[in-house]
This record gives sequence, C-alpha cells and structure tokens, in this order.
Amino acid sequence: MIEFSTHPDHYKHWQLSIDDRVATLALDVREDGGIEPGYDLKLNSYDLGVDIELYDAVQRLRFEHPDVGAVIITSAKDRVFCAGANISMLAQSAHGAKVNFCKFTNETRNGIEDASAHSGQRYLCVINGTAAGGGYELALATDHIILVDDGASAVSLPEVPLLAVLPGTGGLTRVVDKRHVRRDRADFFCTTGEGMRGKRALEWDLVDELAPRSRLTEAAGTRAAALAAQTDRPTGAQGISLTPLQRDIGDGEIAYRHVTVTFDRAGRTATFRLRGPDGPPPQDAAAIHAEGDRFWPLAFARELDDAILHLRFNEPELGTWILTTSGDGDHVAAADSALLANGSDWLAREITLYFKRTLKRLDVSSRSLIALIEPGSCFTGSLLELALAADRSYMLDGAFEGSNVAPATVRPTAMNFGPLPMCNGLTRLESRFLNDSSKVAEIEAETGNDLDAKAAEELGLVTFIPDDIDWEDEVRIAIEARASFSPDALTAMEANLRFAGPETIESKIFARLTAWQNWVFQRPNAVGEGGALKLYGTGKQPDFDRKRV
Amino acid sequence: MNIDYNETIPNNVGLADDRRLLRALERWQPAYLQWWNDVGPVETSDFEVYLRTAISVDANGWAHYGHLRMPEYRWGIFLTPPEENRQIAFGQHKGEPVWNDVPGEYRTELRRLIVTQGDTEPASVEQQRDLGRTCPSLYDLRNLFQVNVEEGRHLWAMVYLLHAHFGRDGREEADEMLERHAGDPDKPRILEAFNESTDDWLSFFMFTYFQDRDGKFQLAALAESGFDPLSRTCRFMLTEEAHHMFVGESGIMRVVKRTCELMREHDSEDVRPHGGIDLGTIQKFINFHYSICLDLFGSERSTNAANYYSMGLKGRYQETKIDDDHVLTDAHVIVPRVEGDHIATEEMAALPAMNLKLREDFAMDSQRGLNRFNKAIREYGLDVELTLPDPAFNRNIGIFRDINATPEGRLISDDEWQTRKYDWLPSPDDYAFVRSLMVPVIEPGKMAGWISPPKRGIHGKPIDYDYVLFH
Repeated sequence: MIEFSTHPDHYKHWQLSIDDRVATLALDVREDGGIEPGYDLKLNSYDLGVDIELYDAVQRLRFEHPDVGAVIITSAKDRVFCAGANISMLAQSAHGAKVNFCKFTNETRNGIEDASAHSGQRYLCVINGTAAGGGYELALATDHIILVDDGASAVSLPEVPLLAVLPGTGGLTRVVDKRHVRRDRADFFCTTGEGMRGKRALEWDLVDELAPRSRLTEAAGTRAAALAAQTDRPTGAQGISLTPLQRDIGDGEIAYRHVTVTFDRAGRTATFRLRGPDGPPPQDAAAIHAEGDRFWPLAFARELDDAILHLRFNEPELGTWILTTSGDGDHVAAADSALLANGSDWLAREITLYFKRTLKRLDVSSRSLIALIEPGSCFTGSLLELALAADRSYMLDGAFEGSNVAPATVRPTAMNFGPLPMCNGLTRLESRFLNDSSKVAEIEAETGNDLDAKAAEELGLVTFIPDDIDWEDEVRIAIEARASFSPDALTAMEANLRFAGPETIESKIFARLTAWQNWVFQRPNAVGEGGALKLYGTGKQPDFDRKRV
Repeated sequence: MNIDYNETIPNNVGLADDRRLLRALERWQPAYLQWWNDVGPVETSDFEVYLRTAISVDANGWAHYGHLRMPEYRWGIFLTPPEENRQIAFGQHKGEPVWNDVPGEYRTELRRLIVTQGDTEPASVEQQRDLGRTCPSLYDLRNLFQVNVEEGRHLWAMVYLLHAHFGRDGREEADEMLERHAGDPDKPRILEAFNESTDDWLSFFMFTYFQDRDGKFQLAALAESGFDPLSRTCRFMLTEEAHHMFVGESGIMRVVKRTCELMREHDSEDVRPHGGIDLGTIQKFINFHYSICLDLFGSERSTNAANYYSMGLKGRYQETKIDDDHVLTDAHVIVPRVEGDHIATEEMAALPAMNLKLREDFAMDSQRGLNRFNKAIREYGLDVELTLPDPAFNRNIGIFRDINATPEGRLISDDEWQTRKYDWLPSPDDYAFVRSLMVPVIEPGKMAGWISPPKRGIHGKPIDYDYVLFH
C-alpha cells in the first residue's frame, strides 16, 4: 500500500532547513531508498516516494512556518541537481502507475506555484549541477531559476531524444506558456539531449540568472532575501502543527474523523461519507489558530486529500466515487464565513487555498463522480462545490417515506463565487454556465438561502431530482450503468467535459500535455519491446515504427 | 590577416583550403596561445627546449627534433591516413561503412565523447604548470615540456574535430575547453582526477603512469569508433601517448632504483634521512593515483557507455582482436557487488558494463609496469613488492563509492577508514616530505638525489646534453 503521510523527521530524500525568512529544501536522494524495489535512484532521480516527501514539505512550509517568505529548492549533491524521474522506475511501472505518478507530481508542482502566487511563499530554484528532464521541470515550477555557470551544468529536457516520451511534468507547457521561450527555440531545446548551459540558457530565457560556483550560495541568498522581503506573511507568528492523520483502514473502508469511504468492490464504487463540522466552528482568527489542524475545514481537507490519493493509488478498480455529505449546513456556512471574514489572516488564507487545491485534485481524478444529495446532507458552500465537481448529481425531491428527516437542501455561500476556482481559472459555477453569467448571478442572489430540490434543479445546480418512489432505482441504475462502461472511455470523456472554458497553464498540463503523454506512454515506440523507454540503460537501440500517426 | 596556416599549423587535413576551419581557428588560435601563456607552464616562454614536433604523419615527419621556445611550438593537426573500405567493427551498425560525417542521430553523443576527452588534455598542462621550477634534471624538465606541448596538441586534435564537424556548437565547446580550468572552483575540469594538483615530481611520474594510461585506453576505445575522423585522430594521438607513459614508467623506475640503492647502502628501509623516497611512500602514491584513475572509467553500470558501444561510437580496447559477435546484445559479464560486509559478484548484461571492461584492461596494463618495478627491486636483493590496490579502495564513483575498503579489498567501517587512511594514502606529512626534496637541478647531466639517471638521453643525445637552454 502506498502511504502519503510523512514528516520531515522521516524524510529519506530531502533536507529541510530554515533560516529566518528563507527555507531551503535540498534534494539528497538516497540511491537505495526507492518506494518500490527494482531500481536505484541515481543522480538525484526521483520516484513517487521522493515526491511524497516534497509534497509534505511544501504543505508544512505553508502551515507550520508562517514567517517563511521564500523557499530555495536546490540539491545537496555536488554537481548534480536532479536527473528527473527515474527511468528504470518508469520502465518497470505499469501504465496506470506512470499516469498516477505523473499526475501527483504535477499537482505538487502546481502547489508550489500556488504558494508563490497566493501564499506569499515565493519559490526559487538554485541549480547547482545537471538538471535534466523532471529536474528542470521542478525548477520551472519556481518563480526564479539560478543556474551555476561552471561550463558544465546544463538544463535539459531530453525526453524526446533519449526516451521517446515527453517532458510531461509541465515541462513543455511551462517552457512556452510560463517562461515564454520562443517556440522555435523551445523546439530545438527539447530535441537536444544535452540541453543548454550558462549564457545561452540565460539568453533563451530558460533560466533567470547565472552565478559562478563560488558565488552561487551568495546569489541564492540575495535573491531569496529579496523575494522574502515581498511577502505579506507575518513575522514572529506561530505556525500550526500538521499532526499525523488518524485513520483506520479496513478491507471495506477507510475511516477518518470527518471522512469515511466505503468500498463496494463488486459494484466497483466507493462511497464518500463526508461530515460537516460537529458544532459551530470558531469565528475569530485567534480561535481558529487555537484549533489548528482540528479546525474543521483544514481537518476535512487533509482527510479528503489523503482519501483521494489513497483511492487513486491503491484502489484503481473502484471507478465510481459517490459523494455524500451529512451534517448541519449552518455549521458549514459558518466555517466558510470564518475563513472568508479572516481572509487577511495567513492561516485562514492557507486553509482556503488548501481547500481549493483539494477540490482541484478531485476534479482531475480519473474516476466518475456522482453526488447524492439526500435528507440530512449539508451541500452548503464549500461542500456544495463537491456536487458541482461531480459529473452528475441526484437530489431527492422531498423526504423518504416514513422518515422525519427534513427534505434535502443545498445552499450557496460566498465560497461558491470566487475563492475555490478550478484549474481553468473559473469557479465551478462559471464553468457550469459558461457564457451565461446571468445564471451565476441568479444563484449568487440566493447566497445563504437553503434551496430545495425543485429550486436547485431550476437554477441548474443539480442534474436530476427523483422523488422517494423513483430514487432508489434511478440512482442504482445510474451507478450500475456507469460501472459497466469502459474505464478508459469514461476517463477521457470526463476529462473533456469537466473543464469547459478557457485554458490555463494548469489546465493545459492536465489536458493537452498529460493526454499526449499518456498516449505516448501507450505506444510501442516508447514502451514496446523495442521501445526507447523499455531499452533505456541496456545499450540496445530502439527500433521505431516510423509511421506518423 | 595573411597567415600561412600550413606552415604555422602543420596538418594533413587541407587546412589552408578549408574555409570553415580557417574561420574557426582564426578566433581560437589566439585564445589558445593566450591560454598557454596564462595557465600553461610557469615562466617558461624564454626557454629553448629540445622538443619533438610532428610535422607530418609519415615515418620521417612525425618526430622532428630541435630547440625551440614553447609558445612557438607548431601545434599541428594530424589524422592517421584513412584505411580503405574500413567498416564499423561493432554495435548495431557493425559491417556498415564507417562515417566520414557525423551522423545526425549521434551528434550529441559524439560531441560529449570528444568534449570529455578533449577536456582532459589542457587540464593536465594546467595541473603540471608549476613543476618546471623543481625539476630533478634538465632531462626531466625537457620531458615535462614535451608532455605538455603534446597534451596541447591533443587538445588541438579534439578541437579540430569540434570545429570541423559540429558547427556553432562545436566552436562554443572549443571555447569552453579554454575556460574551464583544473581545480578552478567556478569552472572546474569535467573529470575529478583532472582537478587535483600535480605539484611534485613523484606525482607527475604517477600521473604520466596512471592518468596517461587511462588516456591511452580511452583513446584506444575511441580509435575503434565508427566515426572515422575520430578514429584516425585518436590513432595518431596514441603514438604520442606512448611517450607520456614512458616518462611515467621510467620516472617511477628511476625513483625506485634510487631508493633501492639507498636502502642497500644504508641497510635500512627508512631512506628519508638520506634524501630518498621510501618504498612505503611510493606505494601510497600508487594507491592514490591508481584509485582516482579507476574513477575516470565511470560507473560499472552505465547507460551512456552501453549506448556509445551500440551506436558504434566507442569500442572496446582492441575491439577487432576480441573473439565474439561484437554486438553483445545477449552477452553477460560478472561484476562485483557490495553485499553487506563483503564484496560478492553478480551477472549483468555486457553492454552497460562497458566501462568495467575497459577498466579491467587498464588494470592489467598497469600491473605490467609494476611487475617490472618489482623485478628491479628483487635485483637489489630486497624483499618488497609494490602492488595495485583493490578496485574497492578509495573510490568516489560506481558501486564502491559508499563503502570503505583497505587496499586488499576488505570492507571496513568509516571510523577505521578515518583512523587508518594515511596508512595507505599519502598524508599531508608525506606530501610535505616529498615536496621538501623538490629542489631544482639544472646543471646538464646532474640528477636530484632521490632519482637515478636515465639509461640514455633523448634522440641519441647524451644524458648531459643541454636539453633546455635558459635565457
């Protein structure tokens, strides 16, 4: 089982150090520390285990270290920055494992950019040796790249010439879309295995700054201090601890405090039972800080985040995720308003940002999402986003016969109109009503109101509103039908329907780049017996099918 | 500028008529001379040195002797004449005609091979630049300079390939060769052994024995290349490399003999009080240089090495004399493996183990010279043997990188290594002692007290010939 929780005390591959406003994350991969047997992590190459630690470090820096305003990513190894994803690991991995790995690493890099853009934690990368493939892609996720100018160290994206795959961790996209490297130069860069050194790398905008070896530390310190000086994060503030998640994993379910997921292996579904706050959440910043990682939105997001990752990696056959909630909508609304009213507080801001990223993780999960909105549920505000993230939603019209639980309602809050955008830059409502802002406005006018099934359907918030008599069959048939389709076709269809509207760097990475990469990952030229990825390291040369497709 | 390039740059590549080469060299040659003056042999531009210059590739031309000032040395560009109908001897292109132009698909790999090889040549000149001040004799001083100018020529040979075949990238790489410097913290040389300083003559002899022997094996492997210009260039370089190893082997032999004389004369192993270098110290220098040279061969398991072979770019030592299919896709070899507290072996595919194969050939060749030293020691009636340390000893690259081992190959703890490493490697005191002996001797025919005279002089000249004229 792949385990996502860790702690700096247990890192095998990263050294985290903090000096006043500047943190340094130094990559020092343990060669024999792979998460799976069968490969050595040479030259600071990484696998999922290395990236799980990176994700943990980025999260902890945000929550546990409020006074850190800049983060340096560098390598603790001499003359080697990072050789990218480990090739032998990729070559021995099944297709699904490669895809999952790439998605997670992409999410982590997007998280780094999110910290730079919204958290006041600016990332910079100090490349002190060779940065190849995923190594350079990690650098691309930062705001500022300093390359050692030693006549030898280069940045490169050698995937096409060496491995017959793509720089799929954002590389192709960020080179042209973020760094605005001219496309003809990018074309040359991505086909030259050796990459670019020093002056030319700078001229071509592949890096931002050069420094000689003897001045590298100094240049990094100067730049980091300048970036840290721009932060709006507080000084002298106390961070909160992200304590280990409490969870029980059984054969049929995984249970946290606010999240329980039960598995129906025969039906190939997982049902998320998501619970709102137990009681009224605190409203002022001091009380939120005092609750720390027990504060419901944070505790909930951490649990949901972990559950999503757990299911993605460990339960690939549970193809349909059913989203249900229970609890008091008032408490959810109170939690939303506590976060937004304290928007200038660093912790409240972090929690909202984390909630946003967790929902994005749900959006890009290759599972069918069906929301069931039943009496006793609390699809309010931030939790309403789950229903909006779903491919389809069913809301019971009225109550169940013989039950005294009041009919289900949904309730928009300010959380639905801005703070939790999708990767396309739009809110889920804006994506839902593309080119019809009046629909969004109509819903916004209902902010704070409980909407029953008919109203919700009218406003376009839910898909179907069967009544008590139809409910069971409609829902069952929908779920059974879903489970019967080709998982590949569903994944592809959902990925196309979910992200209507404009493209962003993030959406391009998940759509265009990832889709092409996953195509290449299936092709014999990469992974066939004579494919470049399969043969890499053996000295045998690939035998390409020369037909263009 | 009107320069007769065929006169100043002896060559057999039609330089004077090659616009591309002329354009490249017009810029590079002045930069090279500047480099020679800045970081080449210290304060030697006035010396007239009895040097051998290659002015053509035929029997009469490759060794042309005379006194000259080193900056005026005519660094030439020579390729061994082409072999008719030569075929690629190994890899997936085996049996195809050799390439006279760089195949586009292997451009990057070829460039990297040439740059890595080329980078070592000027590095050694930089490493040895101060040695002229402490020569043990004029004969040795001349040999040092001969090695230096030929390393310079080897740089020219590699730069020629870059200029002739790699366009703008090649020109940039050629420039970088002069911008990286041995031991420069900002722009070091590519390979670590070429960043160590060589500031005493025992180190110099060890360097020319071990590092230049690495050079021999690398050049020999490149001489097998399917890229014919590289092959022909390296074949010509090998004739010069042989002389460098002669300097190393005869140098160490003379030190060993002098030590043995002193041991017999004073009936003691401790010859330091008598101005000799004890065999224990010589052994430590061997241990150091041999172990860092093994690193030069790279990891035992190397994707690059496997690719170079399969692509037909870099072969094995004496490839054509090996009796196998020269493709090796199904071949396996036995390689060492660290297993807990001992070194075991395992089988692996032969292609990725190419570096190990070349390294083992190097080890055998290195042992041959040691056998001759040991024979000489025995002739003095002494019961001491110089040995090569185990490949696991003092390594920074490959499977032995993270472990410590004695010269016999026994694995030991970090603590034991820290306590005992100077039993096996030269300590700061050992270096200080050896340096204390480095007093210049420049009277013709005289030798420093720690080294015996050579058997004979250069090119039929007597040992007390004026090999270097000072002005």
